[in-house]
Amino acid sequence: MASNNSIKKTLIVAFSLCVICSVVVSSAAVVLKPKQVQNQELDRKSNILQVTQLYKPGDDVEEKYAELITPRVVDLKTGEYSDDLDPDSYDQFDAAKDPATSRTLSGEDDIAGIGRQENYSTVYLVGDPDDPEQIVMPIRGQGLWGLMEGFLSVRGDGNTIVGLSYYDQSETPGLGGEVDNPRWKAQWDGKKIYEGGDFQDPQIQLVKGGASGEYEVDALSGASLTSRGVTNMLRFWLSDEGYAPYLARFHDDSQGGA
Amino acid sequence: MATDSVKDVVLSPVFKNNPIALQVLGICSALAVTNSMSVSLVMGLAVIAVTAFSSMFVSLIRNHIPSSIRIIVQMTIIASLVIVVDQVLRAYAYDMSKQLSVFVGLIITNCIVMGRAEAYAMQNGPVMSFLDGVGNGLGYAVILLIVGFVRELLGSGSVFGLTILPTVQNGGWYVPNGLMLLPPSAFFVIGLFIWVLRWFNPEQIEKTEYRIVANSKAKIKETANV
Repeated sequence: MASNNSIKKTLIVAFSLCVICSVVVSSAAVVLKPKQVQNQELDRKSNILQVTQLYKPGDDVEEKYAELITPRVVDLKTGEYSDDLDPDSYDQFDAAKDPATSRTLSGEDDIAGIGRQENYSTVYLVGDPDDPEQIVMPIRGQGLWGLMEGFLSVRGDGNTIVGLSYYDQSETPGLGGEVDNPRWKAQWDGKKIYEGGDFQDPQIQLVKGGASGEYEVDALSGASLTSRGVTNMLRFWLSDEGYAPYLARFHDDSQGGA
Repeated sequence: MATDSVKDVVLSPVFKNNPIALQVLGICSALAVTNSMSVSLVMGLAVIAVTAFSSMFVSLIRNHIPSSIRIIVQMTIIASLVIVVDQVLRAYAYDMSKQLSVFVGLIITNCIVMGRAEAYAMQNGPVMSFLDGVGNGLGYAVILLIVGFVRELLGSGSVFGLTILPTVQNGGWYVPNGLMLLPPSAFFVIGLFIWVLRWFNPEQIEKTEYRIVANSKAKIKETANV
């Protein structure tokens, strides 16, 4: 066994082990990559479908998504659709990191605590893209322990909420973690965001001790900071900084029609 | 060592010589991933796979490993296997891998894996090493499932996601124990489990290493003051 400890043998063993292990690891990564990417896509699509409440267990996610959803990219400043960016390839999370495609939020504006905001955001239109039944918007913001990411769906009037659901959050299980509880999420259906067509100022909020009226939703019990995070996140993304200019267009449209 | 029977090698780590309960190895991940049974099960399976295969590969090349770099060689093998397991989970059990997040990667630092490679696989043949790995992984998985069962039942009122005790949040009667959903509760559950295990197997109780005697110095002071 003494020969095992010679420098030559040590180097040979170390080198060949490294080669074999790196081949194994990289081939596993390469072979499984397409499957993993597909899983991520599927996960994102099923999250979008779930917030619209049009998805029933057992439905084929791909099929249903292709049938119902049209993604578009929106310029958050003007509220206009952008034709330059391809909604299938545009990644707003990458864009939010790049100074060229995002802006820094300063202290007071940044009530959601996200630091940087992208200039363009992807929205998902349900039904006819020109007169959508629902609009699904990605939102994110700080909760108690970390960033919460989710989707908010509103009806075609740009004012009535269908649902809010988080696909990524790290709130305290059993307390703030109840944002995932279907019973709590069911409360959002039918709530209103803006009062009297005033798209400057979103009214929707979480309140403690029993919500009353259509601008209030029950806060999560034992989770004041998570509830505050949810309120702030909605206030931010539904204000002028977020989707308000875009949503206002739907309001104008329905006024004109009526 | 060479006369170990297959049955002993696989079954003794489950209760008699459990890596968590007796050797108190690898409890860090046992705390983090046991808030529901299905996650515990997948984590247990991942550890069984990694322990078994890493022991087998280490054992296969044990006669060629220079002793000066043996730990690094074992680590490299373990790390590669963990990455492969992580990739497979991401491809075939995406939801599960999202819940397990970094803890699959942290199997690398699980002392059980390395402990078995160093203590058993370096001296024994590949087949026995493989079985030893399965046995120790199984010992880990059993504890995870027991802790997971207690935590999920008392914390969420369910077992494998099926509601057993309908919780207040969902309109039932059971007020869930929030502590059970947080990692520290696993300490209590593991501690209680070790207690029960040693009650049935008193030979597992360590000999007392020292006895606490009365503090004689303090007494002198006390009398001095009086």
